[in-house]
Amino acid sequence: MYDAGKIIIGLIIFLAFATFPFYSNMGKAVAKPDPKLNTPVIQQMKVKQCVESKKFMRAKHMQLLINWRNAALRRGERLYKGSDGRITEISLQNQCLRCHSNKRNFCDECHNYVAVNPYCWDCHFYAPKEANNEH
Amino acid sequence: MSISRRDFLKIAGISSLGIGFSATDLLWKNAEAVEYMTSPKGLKAKRWAMVVDVRKFKTEGDYKRVIDICNRIHNVPDFGNTKDEVKWIWTDTFEHVFPFQQNKYLPETVQEKPFVLLCNHCDNPPCVRVCPTQATFKMKDGIVAQDYHRCIGCRFCMAACPFGARSFNWRDPRPFIKHVNPDFPTRTKGVVEKCNFCVERLEKGLRPACVEVSNGGLIFGDLADPGSEVRKILSTHYSLRRKAELGTRPSVFYIIGGDEDA
Amino acid sequence: MLEKALTGSRRYWGWIFFLLAVIGVGFMFYLRQFAYGLGITGMSRDVSWGLYIGQFTFLVGVAASAVMLVVPYYLHDFKKFGKILILGEFLAVASVVMCIFFIMVDMGQPMRVMNIVLHPTPNSIMFWDAIVLNGYLLLNIVIGWTTLGADRKEVPPPTWVKPLIYLSIPWAISIHTVTAFLYAGLPGRPFWLSAIMAARFLASAFAAGPAFLIILALLVRKLTKFDPGKEPIQALGKIVTYAMITSVFFLILEVFTAFYSQIPGHMLSFEYLYAGLDGFGKMVPIMWISTVLAVVAIILLIIPGTRKNESILAFACAAVFVSLWIDKGFGLIVGGFVPNPFERVTEYWPTLPETIIAIGVWAIGFLVITVLYKVAISVREEQIESESNTH
Repeated sequence: MYDAGKIIIGLIIFLAFATFPFYSNMGKAVAKPDPKLNTPVIQQMKVKQCVESKKFMRAKHMQLLINWRNAALRRGERLYKGSDGRITEISLQNQCLRCHSNKRNFCDECHNYVAVNPYCWDCHFYAPKEANNEH
Repeated sequence: MSISRRDFLKIAGISSLGIGFSATDLLWKNAEAVEYMTSPKGLKAKRWAMVVDVRKFKTEGDYKRVIDICNRIHNVPDFGNTKDEVKWIWTDTFEHVFPFQQNKYLPETVQEKPFVLLCNHCDNPPCVRVCPTQATFKMKDGIVAQDYHRCIGCRFCMAACPFGARSFNWRDPRPFIKHVNPDFPTRTKGVVEKCNFCVERLEKGLRPACVEVSNGGLIFGDLADPGSEVRKILSTHYSLRRKAELGTRPSVFYIIGGDEDA
Repeated sequence: MLEKALTGSRRYWGWIFFLLAVIGVGFMFYLRQFAYGLGITGMSRDVSWGLYIGQFTFLVGVAASAVMLVVPYYLHDFKKFGKILILGEFLAVASVVMCIFFIMVDMGQPMRVMNIVLHPTPNSIMFWDAIVLNGYLLLNIVIGWTTLGADRKEVPPPTWVKPLIYLSIPWAISIHTVTAFLYAGLPGRPFWLSAIMAARFLASAFAAGPAFLIILALLVRKLTKFDPGKEPIQALGKIVTYAMITSVFFLILEVFTAFYSQIPGHMLSFEYLYAGLDGFGKMVPIMWISTVLAVVAIILLIIPGTRKNESILAFACAAVFVSLWIDKGFGLIVGGFVPNPFERVTEYWPTLPETIIAIGVWAIGFLVITVLYKVAISVREEQIESESNTH
């Protein structure tokens, strides 16, 4: 191998960078995300069921929200008929958050864990009643 | 079996492409078996339009009412300066609203009177034509809508609009909203916004907020329906549209009126 | 060949690190803009495009002007452009890179730029502009790199490059035509609503681009062992002369139509730019500087004696470049927005952070030029050495 020394040094530097997330977080235990469903609205529900199954929502809520957004905003279709036939009004602020009024203990739990930062809250209010106290 | 380095790289390349495609497929496939519907209580039209009956605007309060209600329910910020300004509905005088119709012999009342201004929801909107992402688009009922999620903030629509109807969020608007309406989202910095003909109210069966508080100064209805209120008033009164010669076909009409048709 | 950019004199590295420092400062200010929003610039609701889009427009022209070397060399067999063709192609690469950065810094939501690809919209000129600009960048990188590589090995370029070179000719015209269409099809902006816009853009591009190339070629001669040669520079000088005269002629056509027709909408922007409107006149001094420079440059370029004197030619080219930079990189954009749709005047002037960000983007362009020219010139210097060894 020509220039073996340079190549090996290069490889070591590359590996050091590529594995940075692993060794920099080594030994730091991050608590498993635990989204809470204990809001007053949810506790009063007889059947504790979101618009779709828990499994679907956990995996695909982001696609559902994108489809909701396109339906409501772009096509003016503000009603959603779920796979169980129930009809729901489409609204992040006035529908999703009506039950999940605990953004910090629900949305943020997983979003922080996987280090994603959705920009929903740049425009939508997550705590309607506090909106005017925010500033 | 031995393979050459070249072949290995080819196979590796093709398989990584395959993995890439299957991943995008997972991302976009939509598993829910569902339907989306419009609300039965929503107001429906083929071509929403508005008539501004300038004669009905008499006092400062008449203007303030329609402007304030819009700003309040849509969380329109007030920056207190013209550079950052965001406007959905506002006023200006005749020579600025109809720059090429100005003539100095018009009645003084017309020359000095403020005119209500808002997005014209053109039937042939240049802003929609130029938008590179379809963030602004025309809905089936004629409303020119703005999808803030999709807007990249290129401001091509602002250059294209002949009516100065569009505002850009030069900075975060939230700290400048005095009374927040928690039922309606705000906007974020870097997107364009404008009047939406209260599409969120129409879908609930309500007329635009400005129309409701205008005491008959603003008339709203379906231009395609000969029996609608807008058609009735347009067929009996002479009306003007802003810069009609540009061919954008504005859906906001102005009835200025001399004494003879008052 | 890129390794040639990794070895150089102390002066070369000094220049590289200077540019990197400028880019760094620009980037810091960009981070501020990213956090605060575009309100950090001088732009407003009324003048919603400014320095960034002006620079973009101007630089698309500089990029397109490479065709002024390609056409004579490949279509008219003008062999004297053979050695400096690569300088034109690499200048085009650097210019398109700057264009892309200027678009990015002008965007309100730069993180969403891929929306243009995710939601392709053929009725938007911006969509086509993205396609033609990226295509042109790719074409010039491939053509420039391949022909230079072949040159270095003293073999003819591979045959598959030829069709790409021919394609690059209409493509160059298309990038500037499409850029003009961004402006020329907007109903409410009479200053831009002109059929001659694309032609005027091309004329000013074919003046400003080759003018810049002459200055670069003279610099190359001064700083390196590679001499682009007297004749190609003189030939470029003639191209600048014709193009500059055409550009000014087209501007006069615009002025005639506006003022002889006496249609207010068409006159007001010119009045604002050259005389001031309603007491606002921030643009007046620089627009007249542009005019004076254009006249001086044309006189110096027309007279054969002054054009053939390389120092005077360099001065004339600098005058052409600055004149058109003001006219197209600044006046054209601001003029379109003043007066606003309500016939009111809101003035625009770039802020300090905006200016520093723009300078940072220019520094990126100069870095790209420096590195690419370093490679090209090293290849030329090698050729000179091997020639002198054989003799």
